[in-house]
Amino acid sequence: MNTDIVAALESVTRVRGVRGAMLVSAEEGLVVAEASMEGLDGAAVAALTAGVVARLSRATEAAGRTPPAFVHLRADGGGLMAVPALTDLLVVAVTDPEVNVGLVRLELRRVAENVT
Amino acid sequence: MSNEDIRVLTAQLAADPSSLVFLPLGEALRRRGQLAAAEKVAIAGLTRYPDLADAHDLLARVLGDAGDLERAFDEWDIALRLDGGHAGAHKGIGFLYYVAGDLPKALSHLESALTADPGAEGVAAAVARVREALATPATAMTAPQPHRPAAVASLPPDSGDIGAAEASAAEVRAAVFEGLEGAQDGLLLLDAEGLRLGGGLSAPDGAPVGDSVAAHLAGVFRDAERAARLLSLGSWKSVAAETADANLFLCAPTAESLLLLVRDNSVPIGRLALQAEHASDAARRWLEGVA
Repeated sequence: MNTDIVAALESVTRVRGVRGAMLVSAEEGLVVAEASMEGLDGAAVAALTAGVVARLSRATEAAGRTPPAFVHLRADGGGLMAVPALTDLLVVAVTDPEVNVGLVRLELRRVAENVT
Repeated sequence: MSNEDIRVLTAQLAADPSSLVFLPLGEALRRRGQLAAAEKVAIAGLTRYPDLADAHDLLARVLGDAGDLERAFDEWDIALRLDGGHAGAHKGIGFLYYVAGDLPKALSHLESALTADPGAEGVAAAVARVREALATPATAMTAPQPHRPAAVASLPPDSGDIGAAEASAAEVRAAVFEGLEGAQDGLLLLDAEGLRLGGGLSAPDGAPVGDSVAAHLAGVFRDAERAARLLSLGSWKSVAAETADANLFLCAPTAESLLLLVRDNSVPIGRLALQAEHASDAARRWLEGVA
């Protein structure tokens, strides 16, 4: 299963501007699987992304809305995107600033749908 | 608090009627709207602890929810005589003065509540709101009411439900985004501490949720900032989120403020980003004017 997940994550990293992709346990913020994360601290990405998504989920809940189905943190030097997969899993991508956000989102969703 | 929790508290109180567990039990019943039961618990507790400020505060909140503001005022007044720094009593009386339109007295009590309990739910936002209202000439000139404001309205003075007072404060908050789509609902400006400065937000069922969402967003602000910094992504610019029925866009008009836009999910994130730029401009102008 892990090989399949890594292969799926590699489909995300093939999008130009994606620096790495990973599967993260949302509750603990731990790495489940990762692909092409050169130069990135996978553990930090997992923990920080899970933290942002959890906070945002509490905010959307307070607003009477459902939890986020897609989250995009944009910064000067790049971004983080996350899509929840099955319960307690997030598919995450770290990107350059000039990335095709729509395309990455599609790939993340595709991975999320295929995580079993 | 669940039914099971209430059953446990009730059992504890039955086993030991002198227990202070009547305080959380009465509060839980009040929050569930079981006001008659809550009042009974509070009065039973007061018969054992007539000098306990928390017990008078509990009864006052129950009475306030029941619309008996005069008695609520009296109970909070007693609580303050017993404990001059009681946060709940200052908060309750502050809201009663707020409802009555006596903003200077409201501010004085709310500030005392905040000093006594800096983390008290809704108080910091209320202080900011009253200060804002006092800074507005039309509201600042509101004639003070007589010393006891209770008879002016039959509204519960709870922090999250201050009815007419909330409505008048909403006018002030809406001024931030005047002329923009969603000026009163769907645009929220807050400070870095999660206190609402302007705008408003409703849940799909119409309930006002601006203050509670603002409190959560302060955490998002800090987490986003930390994630961008620790991952060497530079300064964060925005956080966008899609939910099943809405799209959200969060950005920082200034280093010390945060802006949230919420639209239904027919409005794409890209368009939200453009709307956020306009709203950020308005927020910056407004913040500069306030400063």
